Amino acid sequence: MPDVMIEAHGLTKSYGRPSARVRVLDGIGLRVARAGVFALLGPNGAGKTTTVRILATLTTADAGTARVAGYDVVADRRRVRRAISLTGQFAAVDETLTGEENLRMMARLTGHSRARSRQRAEELLERFGLTDAARRLVRTYSGGMRRRLDLAAGLVGSPEPGVFFLDEPTTGLDPRSRRELWQVVRDLAGRGATVLLTTQYLEEADQLADRIAVLNKGRIAAEGTPEQLKSRVPGHRLDLVLTTREAYLRLAARAVHHSPGSLTLGLPTDGTAAQTRALLDEIDPQRTDVDRFSLHSATLDDVFLTLTAENAEPADTAEAPARV
Amino acid sequence: MSDTTASAPGFLTRATVMTGRSLRISRRNVDAVITSMMLPVMLMLIFVYFFGGAIDTGSAYDSYVMYVVPGVLLLCAGFGSATTAVAVSEDMKGGIIDRFRSLDIGGTPVLAGHVAASVVRNLVSTTLVFGVALLIGFRPAATPGGWLAVTGVLLAYITALSWISAAMGLLARTPEAAGGFTFFMSFLPYPSSAFVPVDSMPGWLHGFADHQPITPAIESIRGLLLDQPVGNTPWIALAWAAGILAVAVAASGVLFRLRTR
Repeated sequence: MPDVMIEAHGLTKSYGRPSARVRVLDGIGLRVARAGVFALLGPNGAGKTTTVRILATLTTADAGTARVAGYDVVADRRRVRRAISLTGQFAAVDETLTGEENLRMMARLTGHSRARSRQRAEELLERFGLTDAARRLVRTYSGGMRRRLDLAAGLVGSPEPGVFFLDEPTTGLDPRSRRELWQVVRDLAGRGATVLLTTQYLEEADQLADRIAVLNKGRIAAEGTPEQLKSRVPGHRLDLVLTTREAYLRLAARAVHHSPGSLTLGLPTDGTAAQTRALLDEIDPQRTDVDRFSLHSATLDDVFLTLTAENAEPADTAEAPARV
Repeated sequence: MSDTTASAPGFLTRATVMTGRSLRISRRNVDAVITSMMLPVMLMLIFVYFFGGAIDTGSAYDSYVMYVVPGVLLLCAGFGSATTAVAVSEDMKGGIIDRFRSLDIGGTPVLAGHVAASVVRNLVSTTLVFGVALLIGFRPAATPGGWLAVTGVLLAYITALSWISAAMGLLARTPEAAGGFTFFMSFLPYPSSAFVPVDSMPGWLHGFADHQPITPAIESIRGLLLDQPVGNTPWIALAWAAGILAVAVAASGVLFRLRTR
């Protein structure tokens, strides 16, 4: 098995009619090493699902190349399909079948005999804690059970696949189901699998991933370990409501958050009293420019605003992922 | 982990598994199955008892029920096949097609499964219609060869209509729209000799009614069931079915690729 399990260069993809093309991917480059969890973090519409669908051979890029498990995703589509397991945003199981029927069907479709399929379904139901629900229609499953069944369905085939694509595996799950699914992902990685997951939750990427790529508007805005990325984003933000437009313009360059309508600026801070006090004294020695202030903990929005602001020339990162 | 390697299954295995899947799903959508079975029966009763007395089908037929049964059988095939569109559209809506594709299962086995399940459903509903027809006085006089030919023509039409319906399911963006798209299949028997002789229709309609795909099927089934001369109509009917099927398979292949791009 190769050391780099997922490798992509300059992937682009547009959708829509020729008159109204929307560029979803604008030059994505990725390198994901074998074993471990790689998170593709981004807001809705950033291109996460499209990236996964290209890597999983379900759609083709307009330009660029990608290799998964050492095979080209276009030329060697079949080999790639054998090496991967995909769990999509929408549970890819039949609602009107039972959990067991779903898994047996998938096993049959990967070429197992009837008897072996039954056995394989039992093993997987057991492993994902679904034995009790095996004979119930999937339609009656909770969101968490559905995702687990979906993951199990992806495992039914050939020997434990080397690469897992999980597209927003925990979106819409309650906190407990989310934690259960996190454990499943950790177990997969623990068995030596390479997991690429997409998420819009910073916390999720932080919890699970060894490396994170931040995707924004079809480009990689930053890539690195969770620690490296977090160090680039202030943990807290001091939101200031200013008294004059002059003060707003003077301080605008230092801010990570702007809302000109209300003359409000957000400045990075570590959230301690000492630093907040020092910051206020520094920017407003006359005590006339700042009307009110509030402290705001960093959100994913801030991460994006900061990261995209740092990549004012994103074309530089289009071909090769930014090294942090 | 124990040995879990397996070789890729052949087309037949894939299509069989898919048929089993579609049959299980339709068995659990009892409402739709009952509707598509009851509707032709109701229509047959309406035609025989409400309209039949006023329709003159000529001296060749003892009663209207003798004339109308083949038309009802085709109508039944239309209704039964139409549910395929909804089933296919439901598939396209969810993520299951991506799962199949990631297992290297393309569109054809999935659609073949839906069509095969539709044929099975239709065999059940056709039998039901036939049973009710016998109860209300239909007395077939077909030879064994005739029965075989009737079954062949019906099967061919059901398969062709089901596959067209599957293509409609790929074309429609929602299952609701898919249901609407198939209305013409349930409508096509009316401008034919299914319920009234074509001669009784306005002249400008004769061209269409005589040459549309349902007419040879009805003419041949009626002739065969009543042991009357049918000429080459069974062959024309089979040719129509084969043509429709070929177009449907080709179109659904293209549509599937477009939908999953």
